Amino acid sequence: MGTALDIKIKRANKVYHCGEVLSGVVVITSKDAVQHQGISLTMEGTVNLQLSAKSVGVFEAFYNSVKPMQVISSIVEMVKPGKLPSGKTEIPFEFPLQVKGNKILYETYHGVFVNIQYTLRCDMRRSLLAKDLTKTCEFIVNSPPQKAKLTSSPVDFTITPETLQNVKERASLPKFLIRGHLNSANCIITQPLTGELVVENSEAAVKSIELQLVRVETCGCAEGYARDATEIQNIQIADGDVCRGLPIPIYMVFPRLFTCPTLETTNFKVEFEVNIVVLLHDDHLITENFPLKLCRM
Amino acid sequence: RVGDLRNHFTPESVNDTAKETCLNWFFKIASIRELISRFYVEAAILKCNKFLSKTGISECLPRLTSTIQGIGDPLVAVYARAYLCRVGMEVAPHLKDSLNKNFFDFLLTFKQIHGDTVQNQLIVQCVEIPLYLTLYSPAIDWILQCIAYHAPEVLLTEMMERCKKLGNNALLLNSVMSAFRAEFIATRSMDFIGMIKECDESGFPKHLLFHSLGLNLALADPPESDRLQILNEAWKVITKLKNPQDYINCAEVWVEYTCRHFTKREVNTVLADVIKHMTPDRAFEDAYPQLQSIIQKVITYFHDFSVLFSVEKFLPFLDMFQKESVRVEVCKCIMEAFIKHQQESTKDPVILNALLQVCKTMHDSVNALTLEDEKRMLAALINGFIKMVSFGRDFEQQLSFYVEARSMFCNLEPVLVQLIHSVNQLAMETRKVMKGNHSRKTAAFVRACVAFCFITIPSLTSIFARLNLYLHSGQVALANQCLSQADAFFRAAVSLVPEVPKMINIDGKMRPSEAFLLEFLCNFFSTLLIVPDHPEQGVLFLVRGLLNVIQDYTWEDNSDDKVRIYTNVLHLLSAMSQENYIYHVDKVDSNDSLYGGDPKFLSEINKLCETVIAQILDHLKTLGKDETLKRQSQLSLYFFNSILAHGDLQNNKLNQLTVNLWNLAQKHGFADTKTMVKTLEYIKRRSRQPEMSHFAELALRLPLQSRT
Repeated sequence: MGTALDIKIKRANKVYHCGEVLSGVVVITSKDAVQHQGISLTMEGTVNLQLSAKSVGVFEAFYNSVKPMQVISSIVEMVKPGKLPSGKTEIPFEFPLQVKGNKILYETYHGVFVNIQYTLRCDMRRSLLAKDLTKTCEFIVNSPPQKAKLTSSPVDFTITPETLQNVKERASLPKFLIRGHLNSANCIITQPLTGELVVENSEAAVKSIELQLVRVETCGCAEGYARDATEIQNIQIADGDVCRGLPIPIYMVFPRLFTCPTLETTNFKVEFEVNIVVLLHDDHLITENFPLKLCRM
Repeated sequence: RVGDLRNHFTPESVNDTAKETCLNWFFKIASIRELISRFYVEAAILKCNKFLSKTGISECLPRLTSTIQGIGDPLVAVYARAYLCRVGMEVAPHLKDSLNKNFFDFLLTFKQIHGDTVQNQLIVQCVEIPLYLTLYSPAIDWILQCIAYHAPEVLLTEMMERCKKLGNNALLLNSVMSAFRAEFIATRSMDFIGMIKECDESGFPKHLLFHSLGLNLALADPPESDRLQILNEAWKVITKLKNPQDYINCAEVWVEYTCRHFTKREVNTVLADVIKHMTPDRAFEDAYPQLQSIIQKVITYFHDFSVLFSVEKFLPFLDMFQKESVRVEVCKCIMEAFIKHQQESTKDPVILNALLQVCKTMHDSVNALTLEDEKRMLAALINGFIKMVSFGRDFEQQLSFYVEARSMFCNLEPVLVQLIHSVNQLAMETRKVMKGNHSRKTAAFVRACVAFCFITIPSLTSIFARLNLYLHSGQVALANQCLSQADAFFRAAVSLVPEVPKMINIDGKMRPSEAFLLEFLCNFFSTLLIVPDHPEQGVLFLVRGLLNVIQDYTWEDNSDDKVRIYTNVLHLLSAMSQENYIYHVDKVDSNDSLYGGDPKFLSEINKLCETVIAQILDHLKTLGKDETLKRQSQLSLYFFNSILAHGDLQNNKLNQLTVNLWNLAQKHGFADTKTMVKTLEYIKRRSRQPEMSHFAELALRLPLQSRT
């Protein structure tokens, strides 16, 4: 039959804020005229929470998935049952992004245990003989810039065998001294994480230095809460035995969709941390952890 | 609605979808885990920052420069720096600070080369440090070149100082000499020599440093007061080099410097040193390109050949070229230089002997496998030499030279041809000096010249060369009153005509020879006019002989060349019947004076004419077939015009003949009307000239056929 359904959102980057109007067109393309039983457009924003197996117990995890929370929802009957002409038909739409009561329009976030997603779904119902057509399209919601001023909080660090915790045989560790700083633990999400690191000296050769970006997702439910830390991405900033005493830049861009401003609600929390990981050639692994606060300005 | 962005676009003119796509890619690349991969991709698309912001590039470039500090392997890092410089030069050449920082950062990491990690790596890979260091050169050369490009002298000096601080590192020094402007290096030559001396020998080979310095000095000149000292310092080191390849690579560069600034004395010393180093164990066999280059340079600077051959070691140097093909190349080189630069002719025995040897080498290398092109080139070079040899008024020595040359260069036909021409020219020179009046001595001499040509011509293979040279030499013989010799030449030419093949080789292609034969014969006829009849032979013996040969020659079926030739013979015969010929050779009595218009002579001419005309008319008849009617028409008109120009139309028979020819030309409708009309007009015009009134009567008898 060859009928195609498409949703075109007006903004190229598909990014919207609370209070704005989400507009665009639904495009129906067909070689022949289309007979249908009505076309509707649904706009939905949902928060999906997942409990990790280790937290609650394997079997219970399947039964006790927390119910998805609806943040925003709206449905529009675009076209009454009838016939559309052949060729391309464009039907404009508009959805004001308003929330009722004290609901908050959370920022889009794709995580492991927390997922906040906003979609537009177009449905074309058809007669018994023809299959219904449907098309879904995701759009991005950004939270409003925070009202409070951003306080810079630089973090200096020094890593030596003595400063490490979790060490079994401190004496067998090779000697090393690594100094550095993060320009700020309070980060603007649209700007990269920056800082500097210097390997002042090290007995063992350095194999690699990496920045590990970690999301810490907390989901609460009737039984209690589960807190899980998982890696988002790993960025290598040093490869091989670097020159001693020379500064190595710390630089990492926060990936869109996989990060969002640090979020704390009654049911769930989304937080971020960065680990500076140093691998030595004798396979020793040194990690230094830095909690971060991401915000949108 | 997708248009092109102009070359200097701003982010404002980029549409949103493009911006979004670009931004998307930047985000993707920012998530690449591996440092080196991420660095190279980011550097590669640096230019795309233009889509997003005006300041993107200027922010990104310094950041990428700092990122390289994270690359632990110094060799990998230096090439990453070179790439970043390359991208920087292309995308933002005005952001010089990043370039400079790249180099300075590199200097800071230099100590890594001597650290444990690199040293262990070298042991595992079995690589020596000097070889390892040379791996850095291309990258450092590049970075320095980018920095040095249009850089103010102040910056160059700062760079040099920084390099010095690193303990005169040989690797850096070499790159500085490769990258910086030759003028900069040349002015500070003594400085650099000092730095080279202080370099650690175990790192980077010193002769490479002198090689680099030498290359600079070939392009720019050091201060005059330093020049000799520089040469001495450099040569002190070079002459100690044990490895012949290292030695010759270095020596080659410094020979140029020597040639540029010094005299043949110093060049001789250098050449002697090269011979000393390259002769043991036949080391020269592996160094032919460099040795050739040395010869080339010496010749370029010393192209006064009398000076060149007085350089004692020059010819012994040439002896090192023992592989024949290389030897020949060197000889070609020398000859090319000689021909290019030698302005005046020479008889200097030193030059002549040396160059004869050189030419002989080239000549002797010719064998059955030599390409035609190569033979041509070698012959041209030898001829160039021959033409520059002159013994002034000593013509006899000149002839001896040509005789010697003939035996030396017998395998190259163009040279033999040149020699024949040269000897002919010698005979004419003699005549000029004697103002046309030969003494007994000079007469004997020109006879010797003539004999030379007569003996040499038969050894040529090209038939047209022989024919033309017989004719030419015959003319020279006539000019010098050697009548019997001239006769011999002309008879030889006549005997040769039957041997002309149907097809001849011109530039590698086989072409029909008839056109060339026609041309030769017409030329021959012009000469025959003034050749006096031999007293012991019959009247017009040569002409008759030639006519016989022409008659017997197998002409092409569809060509009318035979008729054209016969027509030209008629012109000759007509000219011969004049009382005074239109040109003569000085002091040679042609047939006009010999016979003085004797009726017997004239009747012989007439008889010959009749025979020839009969041949022509016969041929015209054979063209009476349908397919050849056009040719018949054209030939008729051709013959008609000949008679018009050369015949006496007051003679009734001739008059009638012309009318018949005129009618035949138009008989079958193939005549070109315009030509006929113009011809008739011409006849009418001529009839108005004095003594040409009979043309008017003729004109009346020439009808124009109308085309209906």
